[in-house]
Amino acid sequence: MHDVNENQVESSEDEEVSYTKKDFMSDQTIRWCPGCGDYSILSQTQTVMSKLGVPREKFAVVSGIGCSSRFPYYMDTFGFHTIHGRAPAFASGAKCVNPELDLWVITGDGDGLSIGGNHFAHVLRRNVDMVYMLFNNRIYGLTKGQYSPTSEVGKVTKSTPLGSLDHPFNPLKFALGAGASFVARSVDVYAKDLRAALQEAHSHQGTSLVEIYQNCNIFNDLAFDDVVNRKVRDERVLFLSHGEPMTFGTDESPKGIRLNGTRPEVIELGDTYNESDCLVHDETDPVLAQILVEMDYPDYPVPMGVIRRVERSTYDDVFNAQVDLAVEKQGEPSLEKLIYGGHTWKVE
Amino acid sequence: MSKPVEQATSATILFAGDSGDGMQLTGNQFTNTSALAGNDLATLPDFPAEIRAPAGTRAGVSGFQLQFSSQDIFTPGDEADVLVAMNPAALVASVHRLRDQGIVIINTDKFGERDLAKADLEENPLEDNTLDGFRVIEVQLSSLTKGAVDGLGLGAKEVDRCKNFFALGMTYWMFGRDPEFTENWIKGKFKDPYQAANIAALQAGINYADTVELFESSYEVPPAKLEPGTYRNINGNAALAMGMAAAAQLAKTKLFYGSYPITPASDVLHSLAKYKSYGVTTFQAEDEIAAVCSAIGASWAGAIGVTGTSGPGLALKGEALGLAMITELPLIIINVQRGGPSTGLPTKTEQSDLLMSQFGRNGESPMVILAACTPSDCFNTAIEAVRISLEYMVPVLLLTDGYIANGSEPWRLPEVDSLLPISNRKISENNNPGGNFLPYKRDPETLARPWAVPGTPGVEHRIGGLEKEEGTGNVSYDPQNHEYMCKMRAEKVARIANNLPEQEVFGPESGTLVLGWGSTYGSIRQAVRKAQSEGLDVAHAHLRHLNPFPKNLGEILSRYDKVIIPEINLGQLVKLVRMEYLIDAVSVPKIQGLPFKVQEIVDAIRQNTETQA
Repeated sequence: MHDVNENQVESSEDEEVSYTKKDFMSDQTIRWCPGCGDYSILSQTQTVMSKLGVPREKFAVVSGIGCSSRFPYYMDTFGFHTIHGRAPAFASGAKCVNPELDLWVITGDGDGLSIGGNHFAHVLRRNVDMVYMLFNNRIYGLTKGQYSPTSEVGKVTKSTPLGSLDHPFNPLKFALGAGASFVARSVDVYAKDLRAALQEAHSHQGTSLVEIYQNCNIFNDLAFDDVVNRKVRDERVLFLSHGEPMTFGTDESPKGIRLNGTRPEVIELGDTYNESDCLVHDETDPVLAQILVEMDYPDYPVPMGVIRRVERSTYDDVFNAQVDLAVEKQGEPSLEKLIYGGHTWKVE
Repeated sequence: MSKPVEQATSATILFAGDSGDGMQLTGNQFTNTSALAGNDLATLPDFPAEIRAPAGTRAGVSGFQLQFSSQDIFTPGDEADVLVAMNPAALVASVHRLRDQGIVIINTDKFGERDLAKADLEENPLEDNTLDGFRVIEVQLSSLTKGAVDGLGLGAKEVDRCKNFFALGMTYWMFGRDPEFTENWIKGKFKDPYQAANIAALQAGINYADTVELFESSYEVPPAKLEPGTYRNINGNAALAMGMAAAAQLAKTKLFYGSYPITPASDVLHSLAKYKSYGVTTFQAEDEIAAVCSAIGASWAGAIGVTGTSGPGLALKGEALGLAMITELPLIIINVQRGGPSTGLPTKTEQSDLLMSQFGRNGESPMVILAACTPSDCFNTAIEAVRISLEYMVPVLLLTDGYIANGSEPWRLPEVDSLLPISNRKISENNNPGGNFLPYKRDPETLARPWAVPGTPGVEHRIGGLEKEEGTGNVSYDPQNHEYMCKMRAEKVARIANNLPEQEVFGPESGTLVLGWGSTYGSIRQAVRKAQSEGLDVAHAHLRHLNPFPKNLGEILSRYDKVIIPEINLGQLVKLVRMEYLIDAVSVPKIQGLPFKVQEIVDAIRQNTETQA
């Protein structure tokens, strides 16, 4: 029903600069494990960047610590591999003083939600203009396989031989609570959808969160397979499109989502129900967004695509507008005014 | 009517009251008025960490001490000549700071049974022997104030709030101060009826002191012979902020201040927030770590990244400082030190973060450290910190402390032309034509790497916390490269000494040397002068550069029989000096949340020069 393998990206209309994906590949050997989902995400990102019409030197890729955070080393852009969990803070400072930059933050479920949970919340509420890619593989990879904040309860790992006790974290629900202006979800190997999500994220002004289901084939293989596997995904994934009814399923067995009271309900489309009974996706509806981020397999199909998108002033814009206002009010600066202004007296 | 006027070269006055009594305001008014009268002065605000501790308790006592003089002075005074005590708690908490035969002005309206109970007093200190040996002036401050502002339309609580101006008026009369500055200040600050009431209370205080037979005389402290120039009164935090704004102008580069509120550094954030038209931006981050990280991000993106904090915050920033070091980006970290460890004494002063500044990070991470020595010196130190950071592409840690951050002094303003432009290492094109850009290609003299700012075409590159390969900046696990890079980072910091001014010494070239750093400058200088006048062979050297040390420091230290090092800690510089120069330096520690008294250092000098005398 939904084509996820097509390898084209719509070119930006603003075609001032022309690049190919290769222009975004650095000369460094990629050191992720063979079969890691990160390869696809890297590749889609490079492809998307090459089509955005943005001069390459404007891209600034900032990451924290973890497998995914090695990402900047493989990009032939400006890149900053920072410290654990803090990438949003570095990116915020950079964007405030250099608003021309096109900032991309790369983080994972450990980096972004555990050690960096605080910064995750605050960058979203501030709405600093950047693409925020959250690689969620539900495991700690670089430290070799401990459970993460998104691991399911009872996860048996080296640090939890009897199973983990912590209730997992729903990053998109958290993001909505922090006032995120753009929330989307995609999957590492859904090449076309991932590219589309990244493009939409880029075109949004503000912190654009894209949660990417990413497979760690070494420590948590097939973590999302029940949902995203091509054999089952038609039944278990809900691809969202603004203004369109929420439908999924196969041609033989089409399904939709309707609202029963305040609860979503899966309906069979056919004799009893048709598309007009389905919820229509509205990226600007805050209540609908809450409903969508609560939907999870096996009770519901998992929503993918842009879940929420609203216009809100960006932090970097208002940050710099205050500077302009200050200059307007106080006039052009001078050392004379700075040092000799205010209350002084003379000694002869 | 007219009473005799006694001449004095200097006087120290201590205002003490409840946190809500406006003692800091009162002290600041007296300070600014004395500065206008031409006195040299130094102040010591001393207040509790709690915003409003229970009224009338000892925990809630807020004090403001200042010394003003007709000569140049360096400290807020060892002992007060005059104590103004607004309640019993303030009296018992402060009376030990009053000199023998000193004057104590007491608000007797606040000495009822309940007031005494709040201060945990069983006996009334006005009636026991607490005040023996002092000249006690009992004043019904609250009721007199009430009489003065009666009929102006204030509620009972608001009336009581005016009593600090009554007390200020009395001290203005005592020292022949013109109330005009304060009257104008009140007019700018308050609307009627508060404006009229505060002015009435101030005037009533002056008239009362002039009329009643409480004071035998008033005092005159003539103007000091200050160097000609334009002056302003300034505290360390304000000077630091102004220095940062000046540095942004001198470097023609944006300055970004990322900070999280913390006592006693928050005023730096407040001051810088007002300098937006000077190319300064401020970012109140979600925590101390985000504050430093945002500043590093700003530096990476081409601005002067600055973060400011106090001890606990510096501990949190450690990991990020290591990143700034290995990525060799400019960064200035301000640490307005306070009493530690842990939360410690947030509003009290201490110099106990020197060793953390020097060593408090993982790995080999040499940190450039500067320390300001007086409130106004914070201005120069801020500019120098930015200059070194941009010139060498290194993080620079700037130490001040609560004493000079909140203390103030008259500052002769520098000529604008005397402030030199600050250059940087930004590059606009590939430094390796035909090949990949080399982000770690160093300047042969300073070892600084180029500042390749994102947005600049042709110099795209990656940096990060993993060890870098010299030249390319690529990630490298090569053993030889790691050792080389560790040594390069250390050598780069060491070479900064090549361009530092030689250490100066005040006094003879042999005998005893008092070596200090940071805010102890005033106490040490005054003590050394006093000891010299007593004929002792003693000199003073005061370090601004703690890492690297000035190049001639070893040679200086070797000239003296004895080196003594007073510090507001248990001996930190002394450890560094012993380690670096293998000399048997003597530590003179004090760690009470208070600056040194001059006399304490004089005693230490005497003790350590006895054998020669």
